[in-house]
Amino acid sequence: MPVLFAVTTLLFMQFLGEAFVRLTGLPVPGALVGLLLLFAVLCLNRGAPKSLRDTTSHILQHLMLLFIPVVAGIMLHFERIANEWVPFLAASLGGTVITILVTAITFRWMLQRAHASKPPEAKRSVS
Amino acid sequence: MIPRLLAIWDALSATPVLWLTFTLMAYIAALWLYRRCDSNPLLLPVLTAVIVVVGALLLTGTPYTVYEQGTELLIFFIGPATVALAVPLYGQLPQLKRMWKPVCVALLAGSVTAIVSSVGIAWALGASLETMLSLAPKSATTPIAMEVTRVVGGLPSFATVAVAITGISGAIMTSWLLALVGIKDPVVKGFTLGLTAHAIGTARAFQFGERAGASSALAMSLNGILTAILVPILLAMAGLFHFG
Repeated sequence: MPVLFAVTTLLFMQFLGEAFVRLTGLPVPGALVGLLLLFAVLCLNRGAPKSLRDTTSHILQHLMLLFIPVVAGIMLHFERIANEWVPFLAASLGGTVITILVTAITFRWMLQRAHASKPPEAKRSVS
Repeated sequence: MIPRLLAIWDALSATPVLWLTFTLMAYIAALWLYRRCDSNPLLLPVLTAVIVVVGALLLTGTPYTVYEQGTELLIFFIGPATVALAVPLYGQLPQLKRMWKPVCVALLAGSVTAIVSSVGIAWALGASLETMLSLAPKSATTPIAMEVTRVVGGLPSFATVAVAITGISGAIMTSWLLALVGIKDPVVKGFTLGLTAHAIGTARAFQFGERAGASSALAMSLNGILTAILVPILLAMAGLFHFG
């Protein structure tokens, strides 16, 4: 029963998300809208039932299993890989280095600013 | 005997029972290997399992469409699994409330940088349109990146490979790059890992402790959502995607 309840909840939220995306024509995945809807429900409910927490944690632990068929689709594109592996790899690795540096430096700078503007009492609880 | 075996093969290879079971077995074996080798990012189960699956398909001469039909059940569950990400995100709510301002600013900066830098580098090196579109959401978690790629007209299989490369390289390089710019704070380290390298980075962040892991999980969820919203907008601004 707990698993059944959790899977039904997830599917129902996805259904609402897909319906919303079709209705509005927004270029976002329906499942993403489902995620936001479920998040809103959890906020209103002030918590997630244990059954939902257990099942989702199990699903998310083995999330990678679900991608195997999609990634295997790469075999349809061997020719494209042969032609474009240089820009593909350079963009993947170069983009990662730049993203790491920009994110870390911005976040540290913002944390220091937030830290500096707080009174000493609040400072202690943050650090 | 051999014609009979071939007949059985023909009958079974057209049903989900063969390729679905094979995929599950390949995953379990890959997961076992990964855990035995101390969660080495280069042995990420999805990559090892895909190599086994593609090898088997090529050896048996099975076209990808047959395999795709056989494993439709797994592909279908990517949707509900994406929705499931709401639960850990809700668990991060107290952390988000405590430092929402730095989180929002760094999130926006990191998310835009991830999209623009990857598409920009690919463009500068003369990549095709589909390849650029597939690279745009590469810092988002796989289910979101895949769906975003489909929505904007890229190749989902390419996107997942870019996501995997980003996750693995991000998990390996973050510590080293942050040491280079003198950042040691585990909260900053975790946040960077989660934003850049999604779930793989988050797994790595938990090795630096609970605080790093929690801020990584927060950054991963939020960046997944923001990437899905920003990719169509930024691509439209660059003239690579048209609404409607």
